[in-house]
Amino acid sequence: MSQTENRRLSRRLAIVAAGMFGFAFALVPFYNQICAALGVNSLVERDTVVNTQVDTSRTVTVEFDSNAHNLPWRFKPLVSEIKVHPGELATVEYEIVNVRAAPVTGQAVPSYGPQNAGEYFKKIECFCFTHQTLAPGETRRMPVVFVVDPKLPKDVNTIAVSYTFFEVAGRGGKT
Amino acid sequence: MSAVVHDHDHPHGHGHDHAHGHDHHHGPYGGVMRWVTTTNHKDIGTLYLWFSFIMFSIGGLMAVGIRLELFSPGLQFVNPDFFNQLTTMHGLIMVFGAIMPVFVGFANWQIPMMIGAPDMAFARLNNWSFWLLPFAATLLVLSFFMPGGAPGVGWTLYAPLTVQMGIGMDLTIFAVHILGMSSILGSINIITTILNMRAPGMTLMRMPLFCWTWLITAYLLVAAMPVLAGAVTMTLTDRHFGTTFFNAAGGGDPVLYQHIFWFFGHPEVYIIALPGFGVISQVIPAFSRKPLFGYASMVYATAAIAIISFIVWAHHMYTVGMPVTGQLFFMYATMLVAVPTGVKVFNWVATMWKGSLTFETPMLFACGFLFMFTLGGFTGLVLSVVPIDIQMHDTYYVVAHFHYVMVAGALFAAFAGIYFWLPKWTGRMYNETLGQIHFWLTMIFFNMIFFVQHFLGLAGMPRRIPDYNPMFETWNKISSLGAFGMGLAQVLFLYIVVSTIRSGKPAPQKPWEGADSLEWTHLPTPPPYHTFETQPIIK
Repeated sequence: MSQTENRRLSRRLAIVAAGMFGFAFALVPFYNQICAALGVNSLVERDTVVNTQVDTSRTVTVEFDSNAHNLPWRFKPLVSEIKVHPGELATVEYEIVNVRAAPVTGQAVPSYGPQNAGEYFKKIECFCFTHQTLAPGETRRMPVVFVVDPKLPKDVNTIAVSYTFFEVAGRGGKT
Repeated sequence: MSAVVHDHDHPHGHGHDHAHGHDHHHGPYGGVMRWVTTTNHKDIGTLYLWFSFIMFSIGGLMAVGIRLELFSPGLQFVNPDFFNQLTTMHGLIMVFGAIMPVFVGFANWQIPMMIGAPDMAFARLNNWSFWLLPFAATLLVLSFFMPGGAPGVGWTLYAPLTVQMGIGMDLTIFAVHILGMSSILGSINIITTILNMRAPGMTLMRMPLFCWTWLITAYLLVAAMPVLAGAVTMTLTDRHFGTTFFNAAGGGDPVLYQHIFWFFGHPEVYIIALPGFGVISQVIPAFSRKPLFGYASMVYATAAIAIISFIVWAHHMYTVGMPVTGQLFFMYATMLVAVPTGVKVFNWVATMWKGSLTFETPMLFACGFLFMFTLGGFTGLVLSVVPIDIQMHDTYYVVAHFHYVMVAGALFAAFAGIYFWLPKWTGRMYNETLGQIHFWLTMIFFNMIFFVQHFLGLAGMPRRIPDYNPMFETWNKISSLGAFGMGLAQVLFLYIVVSTIRSGKPAPQKPWEGADSLEWTHLPTPPPYHTFETQPIIK
């Protein structure tokens, strides 16, 4: 076959290669969409809770933990644990203090123990839904409003909720 | 380039000597410049083969370093950071520098001759595709000498660890880009050559299976390699340009890296395996003096393996927190790929059935491949089962599995091909006794290294650790001794090849009576520098 046909085929193949390079980047939003659609690993998404019956027959202890990862913030929960009934709306507060002499933006990411308990810890309102920017020296108290889903397995009586604050680079005057 | 046809026989090898380049009426170049500027597929094939052997030796030295440290529990020779650098670079160099280029070397030498074409479709691009490789390899090796050393992240380059490494990581990313570019360009060349330049009468379904496996592999490369480029580019921008693809703080996710990487990574392992299958499909019929059993099903099975390979990637990720439904999907898809693979194994065996068998070295390696690759396939099937993999993930069971399929699979196939085609390329016979010794040494030492690693994995020894619980000591010692032996056996291989080229007995025109593809039936041994300038008509 001719040189022209060789060139035509090679051009098509090069376009496929370039397309697959773009596909790799397209996987980023695909991944986010698929995770959101399937409800997988949506750690920082608002949960909707339809009116649930409060299950007064069981009490679940919810423990609160805090970590600041490479972040100049003092970060702690105001209570270390509370007891709730599944289905009952509860609020706790965390306090953060920015000890750096410059504004700092952070993002909190929760993790749960036991791991599958996270599915049943429904956050109606949480400071982890958005970035938090604190001015130099600012102290802030932020709530977590949550409901423990009554469908929580019966053998789980304690849920540990641990937030880790990460600095969001490029914002807030990092030197 | 002048196009003088000469069909005279040369009793000595024409292609391997740097000292006095045989330049057959070509332009003014001889010596080193011949090799730098060549656009001849035979020369370029030779360059790829020697390059891959050099990289195989370097990667092998790293393996010896790893096994030296693992000989005893405790840290004797290297610190843990350097150990991680060795394991990472061993993987990258062997995968991208040794096993992939060796089959590209076969592709360059063999495809034009087997389809009756004068050369590859894009001869100058072919030259550039090769010369990118030594440059990339230099970058990889150079990373050891950078502040911080080579990246000690594992060949899979997972984030977020890669985002934290020193400048050696950037060199590695650059090298991976270049290696990928070389593969993509080479694949475009191979596809175009096979689709457009077959001799009249050589329909696709009459093509030697080696060409089919390379055609399919080349498509896999064009589709998968750019995805790796995307993944390492994202790593680069996360490192230096403020992106947060893999950083949860910015809304990204390290698991995303794993998805992108393994979307490339799984087709990649079939890219490694399929050309090896193609070589075996040439060698077994030749030494059984019988046509390949089930040619059409072999083609379809290869295509099926390639297509399925795109939907199994997350079997490398069963433990990331995937929902059970996802795990099950990938498990079933992975088990499915065993079906066409089994078809191929059965067809190879059926080819041998009632054949007139002789066991020269190529056939020894092919039979070794058949047995050992199947074993590796079985352990892959074991690993595909989710509850088993939850226990076996990141243990030595996985290391054993992939070395069985990549070394006893792809590398043995490469050895089979080299012994099979060396007489054609050089016009000289290798020493059969030495070849058989090389086979048996390699076979025995390979199994010594890796069979016992199954036990280590089952007993719970993790991967990528320089020090281990003393209860693992016995198997580790056996494995390490095997590694030292295997390394020495490959020195014998080098001796065999070099002495063949320099002083092997002249080969008959058809050294293998059962071999019947075009290079054996239509071309002299060794072939002239230019072949099939007039394409034959295949009846």
